[in-house]
Amino acid sequence: MSSDSRATHYVAPVETTTITVDAVKVAAKPSNLWSDAWRDIRSRPTFWISIVIVIIVLLMSFWPTLFTHTDPTSCNLDYSNGAPSRGHPLGFTFQGCDIYARIVWGTRVSVSVGLLATIIGSVIGLIMGAIAGYYGGWLDSVLSRVGDIFFSIPYILAAVVVMTVFAQYRNVLTLSVAIGGFAWASTARVVRAEVLRVRQADFVTASRALGKSNFGTLVAHVFPNAVAPLLVVSTLSLAAAIVAEATLAFLGVGLGDQVISWGTEISNAQTQIRVQPMSLIYPSIFLTVTVLAFIMLGELIRDALDPRARAQR
Amino acid sequence: MFAYIVRRLLQLIPVFIGATLLIYFLVFAMPGDPIAALFGDKQPTPELLAELRAQYHLDQPFLVQYWYYLTGIFRGDLGTTFSGQSVNDVLARTLPVTARLAVMSIAIEFVLSIVIGTISALRKGKFFDNAALIVGLVFLSVPVFVLGFVAQYFLAIKLGWFKATVGADNGWNGLWLPAIVLGVSLFATSMRLMRGSVIETRNQDWVRTAYSKGLSRGRVLPVHVMRNSLIPMITNSATNFGVLLVGATVTEAVFNIPGVGNTLFQATRQHEGPTIVSFVTVFVILYVLVNLLVDLLYGLLDPRIRYVK
Amino acid sequence: MSDAIDTPLLSIRDLKVAFRTQKTENEVLHGIDIDLYAGETLAIVGESGSGKSTTAAAIVNLLPGTGHVTAGSITLDGRELTKLSRTEMERVRGRDIGFVPQDPMSNLNPVWSIGFQVKEAVRANGIARGRHAVKQRTIEVLKQAGLEDAERRLHQYPHQFSGGMRQRALISIGLAADPKLLIADEPTSALDVTVQRVILDHMASLTREKGTSVLLITHDLGLAAERAEKIVVMQQGRIVEAGPSREILENPLHPYTQRLVAAAPSIASHRIQATAERRGLEHESDVDVVPAVRVSELTKDYKIRTGGFGSVPFRAVDAVTFDIPKGKTLALVGESGSGKSTVAKMVLNIEEPTSGAIEIDGKNSAKLRGRELFDLRRRMQPVFQDPYGSLDPLRNIGNTIAEPLEIHGIGDRKSRRERVIELLDQVSLPQELAARYPNELSGGQRQRVAIARALALKPDIVVLDEAVSALDVLVQDQILKLLAELQSELDLTYLFITHDLAVVRVVADNVCVMEKGRVVEHGSVDDIFANPAEEYTRRLLDAIPGASIPLGGGLN
Repeated sequence: MSSDSRATHYVAPVETTTITVDAVKVAAKPSNLWSDAWRDIRSRPTFWISIVIVIIVLLMSFWPTLFTHTDPTSCNLDYSNGAPSRGHPLGFTFQGCDIYARIVWGTRVSVSVGLLATIIGSVIGLIMGAIAGYYGGWLDSVLSRVGDIFFSIPYILAAVVVMTVFAQYRNVLTLSVAIGGFAWASTARVVRAEVLRVRQADFVTASRALGKSNFGTLVAHVFPNAVAPLLVVSTLSLAAAIVAEATLAFLGVGLGDQVISWGTEISNAQTQIRVQPMSLIYPSIFLTVTVLAFIMLGELIRDALDPRARAQR
Repeated sequence: MFAYIVRRLLQLIPVFIGATLLIYFLVFAMPGDPIAALFGDKQPTPELLAELRAQYHLDQPFLVQYWYYLTGIFRGDLGTTFSGQSVNDVLARTLPVTARLAVMSIAIEFVLSIVIGTISALRKGKFFDNAALIVGLVFLSVPVFVLGFVAQYFLAIKLGWFKATVGADNGWNGLWLPAIVLGVSLFATSMRLMRGSVIETRNQDWVRTAYSKGLSRGRVLPVHVMRNSLIPMITNSATNFGVLLVGATVTEAVFNIPGVGNTLFQATRQHEGPTIVSFVTVFVILYVLVNLLVDLLYGLLDPRIRYVK
Repeated sequence: MSDAIDTPLLSIRDLKVAFRTQKTENEVLHGIDIDLYAGETLAIVGESGSGKSTTAAAIVNLLPGTGHVTAGSITLDGRELTKLSRTEMERVRGRDIGFVPQDPMSNLNPVWSIGFQVKEAVRANGIARGRHAVKQRTIEVLKQAGLEDAERRLHQYPHQFSGGMRQRALISIGLAADPKLLIADEPTSALDVTVQRVILDHMASLTREKGTSVLLITHDLGLAAERAEKIVVMQQGRIVEAGPSREILENPLHPYTQRLVAAAPSIASHRIQATAERRGLEHESDVDVVPAVRVSELTKDYKIRTGGFGSVPFRAVDAVTFDIPKGKTLALVGESGSGKSTVAKMVLNIEEPTSGAIEIDGKNSAKLRGRELFDLRRRMQPVFQDPYGSLDPLRNIGNTIAEPLEIHGIGDRKSRRERVIELLDQVSLPQELAARYPNELSGGQRQRVAIARALALKPDIVVLDEAVSALDVLVQDQILKLLAELQSELDLTYLFITHDLAVVRVVADNVCVMEKGRVVEHGSVDDIFANPAEEYTRRLLDAIPGASIPLGGGLN
C-alpha cells in the first residue's frame, strides 16, 4: 500500500431507509415501574412458593378448623411427651397436648402480633421519615435525633421493659405496640433516605415551580415514589416481628402460658429439650418457614422494583 | 477529623440522655406505684420496698428523680439488684464474659461474611452464590434461641462435640459453641451486605481504571474492591450492635453463660424491675460507646472524612 | 518516510462485539475496521450508542459486564490481542497501551491517595524498582501531566483535587509507562471548557514529544477535527465514514456525517431561524418597551459549612443585572460555579434572593405572595437539564403534561385531555404517548415532554436550564430547532442557561457571560462573538473545540 492509504476517504454504503433522528419506539404494552415489577416477579418460582406459604399461614390464622379438629386445650397428662399417633401427627407436649393442634391454633396469635406490630411500626416510620426527609432543616434534625434515640434501644429489650411494666396487660395489642412502637426507627431511616433522594429530582422542583404547595408535592410525587422501599422494609419487618414474639415469649415476657402462640409453644418446650426435642423443633419449623416466606417475598419485591438489578439479570 | 469526632459526640449525648430518659419514663412515670408494679406478683419485703423507694427518690417529681438517676450513672452508681448486690459488682463479674462471647462471635461473623460474601459476589448467579443466599436466608429466619437449642441438642447432647452448658467454664475455650451460634445468626445479614457491597464496588469506574494500569486480579480485588467494600460493613456493625446485644442475651440464656445478658434474662424471668432498668441502661451505654468507636474507625478508613477540602 | 513505517501500529479488522443477555446475544459492533499509525492521532466520533467507547474497551479487553469479542482481530505491532491470555493482556495494559477514562471523579479510588494510585501504575509496569525510584518516577510523570507541585500532592486524596487536577492524574497514570498507544475515552467531557483546552493541549504536546499514538474517543466533531489527523465516524455499531479530518469536515459524503457536521454547534455559525413566519408581531428594539424579564443587582449568599464548626458565607451570585426583551432569547453562559443556575432558580422564584430585584413584565416578583405569586407562576415555566429526573416515573405522560392545568384549575377533564393532545402535537410527539410512561422514552423525547409541560399554561417566559446539555448532537439540534419554532409561533421569551458557548451561537440573541457569580460581559451574540472585550470571554471563545475550523460545505 502506498502512503496514500493514510489519506483514503472511506464512505459506507448508504442504506435506503432514511435515518430518523430519535424515532419514538414504544413497546406493545405500556410499562412503568409497577407493571414491570409485577411482570418480573410473577415469573419467578420462589415468588409463588412464598405466596402459597403465606396464604396457608393466613388461612390457618383465620380458620384453624380447616387444618385440625383436635382441641388444642384438651390435654391429658397420660400422653405426656407422647410419640406421634393417629390423629396426632406431631406427637404431644409434656403436658399432653397435641402439638400439631397447638401450632395451628397458635398461628392466629403470632400472625396477629406480626401484622399489628408491622402496621404500627410502618405507619410511624413512614410519617416520621417522610417529614424529616422532605422538610429538612431543624425538623429533620429533631426527628432524626428522636429516631436515633429509639434506635439505640434494641426493640426487643425495650419490649421487655414495656411488657414487664405493663405485666397486667399481657395481650396482643400491648405486645404489638411494644414491638412496633420501638421498631419504627429503621423504617423511618429507609423512608427518609428515599424521600431525600426523590426530593432532589427535577420533577419535584418543576412541581414547585408550578406553584404546587409543599404538602401537595409531598403527597402527589414523593410518597408514591417512596412506597417501593417501604414495601420491602415492611415485609422484612413482618418477619422480624413474628420472630420477636417468639423471642419475647422465650424471655418470659411474652403473652403468657395461657395464650397459644408459636412463641409460647417454643418457650414451654425448653425444659423438655433433652427428653422430647421435637416439641420445640416442630413449632420452630413452622415459624421458620413462615418467616422465610416473608423474607423471600421482601427480597423478591426489592429485586423486582430495583431497575438496576433487573438490568443485570 | 477532630471536628468530626466532636460533632459525633455532641450528637450522641442527646441520644444517650433521650434513651435513658425514655426507659426511665416507661418504668417510673406510669400511673400507680411503679415499684410494686415492677415486682409484679412477687412480694418484696417492706424494708426492700422502702430502700428502693428512697433509692429512686419516688417522693420527688419525675424529672428530679431522673436527674438523680442520671447523675448516679455518671458517678458509676447503677443501683442494686433484687438480691441486694450492687449492679457494679455484678457487672464486674459478668461483663468480661459477655465481652469474650461478643468478640468471638463478631470474629466468626466477620470471617464468614467477608469470605462467603466476597466469593458469592464474584460468582454471582452461580451455584455457590445461590446456595450461600439460601443458607443465609435460613439462618436469618431461625430465631437465635431456636438455633441455640438446636445446636445444643444436636452438637452437644447428641454428638457430644461440645458441652451443653457453659456455666463456670466461660473462658475463651468454653465459649466456642455459643459463639458459633451467635456468629452464625449474625453472619446472615452481614454476608448479604458484603456481597452487595462487593458487587457494587466491582462495577465502579475506578476498578476498570485499575485494570487498565495493567494490574492483576490478585491486586485489584483486595486493594480496590474489598478495601472499599469493607466500609459499609463496618458502619453497619455499629447499627447492628443492638442485634448483637439481644442475641448475646438469648445465647447466654440458652447456654447458661454467666454474662450480662444472662443476668438480664434472669431478671426478666423473675420480673425484677429495677434490675431490668439498670441493665438495659448498661446496654444503651454500650451501644453509644460502640457507635462512637465505629465512627472513629470509619473516619480513619474513609479519607473523605479525615481530610476536608 | 520509509515504507517500513507504513504498517499500522494498531490494526482492527472486522471487529464484532456482543453482550450476552439471559436468552440471546446482542451484537453491538458489527464489523469495525480501523488502522492507526505510529505517532498519529485518530478520533472516533459518534453519538451515544454508536459503539465508540465499546471499540476502545474491546482493544484492552475491558468490556463492561457480559461484553465479549465475537469475531475479528485486533493487532498491536503485529501481535494479535484478542487471543491473549489474561496475564499476557495484563502485561499489555499499561505498558503498551495506556488508558485515560472520562469521568475523573469516579475513576479514582476515593480511599487511596493520588500518589499511591500513580505509583501502582509505575510499579506494575516495571518502569522503576525500589521505593525511591518509584516515587521519583511518579513525581516526574505527574509533573509532565501538568501537576506542578506534584511532590506535595502525593499524599492528597482525590476529593481534595479539582476536576482538572484529577484528570491530569489520570493522564499521568495512562502515560506512566510511556506506552506506544494511548486510548483517551472522552478525556475532557466532564470538565469545564477552559480547563478542557489546557488539558488537551498538554496531552497533545506530551504525546507529540513521546511519539505516542492516540486513539481519541469523542462525541464532539469539532474537537475531533482539531486534535486528530484522522476521523472515524461511527453510528450504531458501524463505521459510516473515515478519512483525514479536514476532508471529513469540509466534504462529508455520508448523509449521517453531513447531518453531524450541519448540527454541530461549534462549527455551524448562524442562529437557527424558525422556518415559520413570525406571527406578525414585530418587536422593535424600543427602549421604552418593558422587557419581559428585568433583573437588577441580584445577589445570593449561601452559608457553606467548613470542616470545623463555623460556616463561611459564600456569594453564589453577585449583583447580576440584565434585561430580556420580549420574544428574544438571552443566554446565560458560564462554567461550573458561575452561579447561572442559581440565577435561574431565583427568576423562577424557587430560591429567594438575598438582595436585588426581579421584574417580570414590570412587576417585582420578589414582593409577591400567595395568590399573586401563584398567578405569576403561570407566566414562566422551567425546563431542566436531566431528562431522566425531570419526569415523575410513576405518572404517565398525559398526566405529567396535564399537571400544570390541574394545579391551576384550568378547564375540565375533557378540555385538559384535548390540550394535552394539542401540546404533544406542538412538540412533535405522537398522541399515543399520553398513556405511556417516561421509562419508555429516550432522553430527547423526555425533554420534549418537559417542554410540552412547560407550555401547558401558555407562559410568556421559559427558563431552560441546560435543557439540551445532556443530549446527543443530532437530538440537540432537533430540540433547538423545535424551540425556535415554538418561540416564533407562541411569542416566547427564553432565558437559556448553558455552559456551552457554541450552543449560544445558534440559539441566542443576547448573551451574558458569567464567572464566579458576576456578569463579566454582556451584549448581542454577534457583538460578543466578533469582538469579545473581556479576557475571560476571549478564553471561553478560544476554548470552543474546532472554533477555527472552516465549516463543511464551503461556508465561512
